[in-house]
Amino acid sequence: MTAVAAAPAGEAPRDRFRAWRRLRRRKAAMVGLAVFAAFILLALAAPWVAPYDPLKTNFLLVRKPPSGLHWFGTDEIGRDVLSRVLWGARASLLAGVVSVTIAVAIGVPLGLLSGYARGWVDGLLMRVTDGLLACPGLILAIAMAAFLGPSLTNAMIAIGITAMPVFIRLTRGQVLAVTVEDYVEAARALGNPPMRIALRHVLPNILPPILVQATLAMAAAILAEAALSFLGLGQQPPAPSWGSMLNVARNFIGQAPWMSWWPGLAIVAVVLSLNLLGDGLRDAFDPKED
Amino acid sequence: MKRLIALAFAATLAAGTAGAQTTLRIGLAEDPDVMDPTTARTFVGRIVFASVCDKLLDIDRDQKLVPQLATEWSWSDDQKSLTLKLRPNVKFHDGEPMDAAAVKYSLERHLNFPGSRRKGEISQIKAITVVDPLTVRLDLAVPFAPLIAQLTDRAGMIVSPKAAAAMGDKFGSAPVCAGPFKWVERVQQDRIVVERFADYWDGGNIHFDRIVYQPVVDATVRLASLQSGQLDLVERVAATDVDTVKRNSRLRLVQATELGYLGISFNIANGDKAKTPLGQDARVRRAIELAIDRDAINQVVFNGLFTPGNQWVSPQSPWYVKSVPVPRRDVTRAKALLKEAGVPNLSFTLNLPSGSENAQVAQVIQAMLQEAGIDMKLRTVEFATSLQMASKGDFEAYLIPWSGRVDPDGNIWTFSACEAAQNDARYCNPEMDKWLKEARSTNDRERRMAAYEQAAKVQAADLPRIYLYHRTWLYGLSGKLQGFQSPPDGLIRVQGLKLG
Amino acid sequence: MGSLPAYIARRLLVALPTLLVVSFIVFGLQLLLPGDPALLLAGEDRDPEVIAYMRRLYRLDEPIWVQYGDWVLRVVQGDLGESIRLKESVGSLIGAKLWVTAELAVLSMLWAVAIGIPAGILSAVKRDTIWDWSASAVGLAGLSIPNFWLGIMLILFFSVELGWLPASGYVSPWEDPLGNLAALAMPSFVLGSGVAAVLMRHTRSAMLTVLNADYIRTARAKGLAEKRVVRRHALRNALVPVVTLGAIQLGELLGGAVLTEQVFSIPGFGKLIVDAVFNRDYAVVQGVVLVTALAFILLNLVADLIYFLVNPRMRG
Repeated sequence: MTAVAAAPAGEAPRDRFRAWRRLRRRKAAMVGLAVFAAFILLALAAPWVAPYDPLKTNFLLVRKPPSGLHWFGTDEIGRDVLSRVLWGARASLLAGVVSVTIAVAIGVPLGLLSGYARGWVDGLLMRVTDGLLACPGLILAIAMAAFLGPSLTNAMIAIGITAMPVFIRLTRGQVLAVTVEDYVEAARALGNPPMRIALRHVLPNILPPILVQATLAMAAAILAEAALSFLGLGQQPPAPSWGSMLNVARNFIGQAPWMSWWPGLAIVAVVLSLNLLGDGLRDAFDPKED
Repeated sequence: MKRLIALAFAATLAAGTAGAQTTLRIGLAEDPDVMDPTTARTFVGRIVFASVCDKLLDIDRDQKLVPQLATEWSWSDDQKSLTLKLRPNVKFHDGEPMDAAAVKYSLERHLNFPGSRRKGEISQIKAITVVDPLTVRLDLAVPFAPLIAQLTDRAGMIVSPKAAAAMGDKFGSAPVCAGPFKWVERVQQDRIVVERFADYWDGGNIHFDRIVYQPVVDATVRLASLQSGQLDLVERVAATDVDTVKRNSRLRLVQATELGYLGISFNIANGDKAKTPLGQDARVRRAIELAIDRDAINQVVFNGLFTPGNQWVSPQSPWYVKSVPVPRRDVTRAKALLKEAGVPNLSFTLNLPSGSENAQVAQVIQAMLQEAGIDMKLRTVEFATSLQMASKGDFEAYLIPWSGRVDPDGNIWTFSACEAAQNDARYCNPEMDKWLKEARSTNDRERRMAAYEQAAKVQAADLPRIYLYHRTWLYGLSGKLQGFQSPPDGLIRVQGLKLG
Repeated sequence: MGSLPAYIARRLLVALPTLLVVSFIVFGLQLLLPGDPALLLAGEDRDPEVIAYMRRLYRLDEPIWVQYGDWVLRVVQGDLGESIRLKESVGSLIGAKLWVTAELAVLSMLWAVAIGIPAGILSAVKRDTIWDWSASAVGLAGLSIPNFWLGIMLILFFSVELGWLPASGYVSPWEDPLGNLAALAMPSFVLGSGVAAVLMRHTRSAMLTVLNADYIRTARAKGLAEKRVVRRHALRNALVPVVTLGAIQLGELLGGAVLTEQVFSIPGFGKLIVDAVFNRDYAVVQGVVLVTALAFILLNLVADLIYFLVNPRMRG
């Protein structure tokens, strides 16, 4: 099971800002970054920019099309869709960020350990990783979410754990590649303790591919939250997330299509922007480039 | 893409002209479980049984008992024995005769088969006697009025003794009964195919050669399959899709109010979660009922198509107690009651099964309760988990649908009698018990009704559960289909159904 | 690297502990999942006798390690047990659905290849032009739209509006090959669209790497036409990692079509396992996960073999 997707190992960090400068030249990536940043700002500012309380129902205004009062229309029980999309951004972006943070926070140290320790520790970790990778991911997430109880937090944990094995593999692969490089050999020869080598020399070099993988995993996690919502295991009513909004709106595609436009567009926009950013990062970190 | 479309088009044409066989394609909302009348447990399985396994009795639109395999039935004077006259010259799909011995075999199978789900429904039967080849007598330990209605459902299905004996617990993989259609095949989770049984006793009423039952879980997709002409009949159209069906000139909508209900059940005495004002003080539950506007739920979520109700049977049922009407919303009184009970800021959690319709209802109620100062939190619980939580008492309140039974006893006993099987609330009021027992112990309609009137009053005072509404069975039909009957049990009877 | 047979043997040997881990995961989940299968099976009436009978029948009261031991012993003999919900052997259930899911996976892969690879090549060759961006946008759109959503939109358009394709269900190719393609056209497109984006991205980056490689520069310097450079030299080398990736994606499709199968009512693995999880039909969950994991491992092995055979640098 070779991680073909792994980006090539970096060289020593001669110029920490070179990648950023190169990223800045990539228009698509910058657009992605801008869109993603804009959504994060909107999510943070939701309490101030949302025109209505996202939970406030109005039974006289059920499933009304977009209008001057409700720019995005109202939903199945008369709530303002615009406000729900803005508040829902918090849940959905959080689902992306938190689950990937979990995956990275557990996966990268385990990958470092595995790549460094070799021997039976490596063997054991790799078999567990292989096992996790071989299990259908959504099934793992469903079972875990069912076990933990349906809630956004638990969905994030479940998604994070499912996304973790890729990071273990990726990190381990990078460690194996980097540790044979001259400068690491040199550091070792100088008698630096392994921990110090890992943190000072190895970690900075394996960051780029992990960063790339993280943006892509974030996009996948936002979609996974939508998928878990489809099965009733994501964000709980009445709080909104894009996934749960889309899932409810699905039942009203004929009668109230606007209910699905906005959360749908928001998901597409964020996932797309993360993917563009990820692609750009990959190119920017690629040492073979120009 | 173009090529694929052309291919698909050709395929559709081919399907349209293939043979003169008439096939009825029915879309189900779920995948049925094991198709053995003795061990089957899902509602959707009953829809398929309706074409495969005839029952001793059936019900009509008005919930009246009508003959099916039995032509006559009568109770003895002491109401402890029921004599059934069977229809002559009826055959099972394997050619065996459907007679008194077969009825005795089937009922005994329901009573004794390991893991039988029917036993509880007819356990009052003490002895089954073959009087003559076309007469059976059922002797009961005590008079038990709900028994006869059970014979209109799976407990009344008669199976071929020869096939059942041969197949044992695999009988459900190819049931052999005396219904209008016989089993052809089942592709798990894909379809069940049955074909016309030539020797059916009522063959003149059968107008299709084959029926294909196909589970299509997603309501939108189920309706789309009907719209695209891929299915001829679908059950459980979403209330909000009714306009789509009505607007389409090639489709028809048929509806019937269900036997069951949707309600909120409170934890009255099951463990620590019952030790709250909500569980201990009926005034608090009364306040919740007063804060809810049942009509508004119906309008907002179901386009006004369902029937608001406050009892275990719907206001349209002959068993509805008219002297206990649906209370009107009264937020002021609700607040006053809460104050009286000492909990002006009531807060509790409602468990609800997953599914967006349930979530909508729960959110509407949540908003209504908020106006009375009640903070109701929602928690979606997946079905398997919710069952366990309910029986362990790990809940304050839960939203519960009940598919309903023909006899009213089936809608109330198991939930509200002391220590009954589904009484997860552990509600127990001797007064209620007395009336429910009285109602099931006599066949005298007036006496039963009088007992239910008393029970309804106790229910309204205690409110261990709040009945909210009765769903409407909504069927989408191809406009060509005619003769569809829609009794309140939600099944699809194929007798009389034909292409116009 | 050693000889090829030795390599394969070593890899298969490594697969065994992986499968062991998979079985631990499945049984671990079973231990963790709330809900009592016996309670579920008892149905609405919840007859205590039925509940007790089900517990005995399926030995649900046994400690988990006893259940695990039994399971391993049976699996080693080729018996995956019986579905408690459908009363059918898990082996035959899987046998019936393996074909459906495999067919869906292969068709999805075809869509993905047909869209992803040309888009990737275009985007690499015409780098940083409007072609690059629009190819990326189209490819990535497939990855960005939730599957269940795309599925329903397609159904509403192609089935309800146009009436060209069936909205749901599966038709066996032996009975009706055209009907089979028509039934799978939309679900495979939905699944394929996500994979297409992955293939596109990797084709693009592999092409870019190759286009910068020395031998391509040499070819260019020799004055070969750009089209010929791309077709003859760059493509062949760039596709190697893409093919390996494709095999891995195929493995993921086998287990990852859950929601799409649900939306289109395709009776494959995904639907089988989701129903099994929600019905606590553990024997089915165990069997399906085991088989998908095995398929995943084998496809990965195939992927690595392709890599091993095609990539000269790895054959030392």
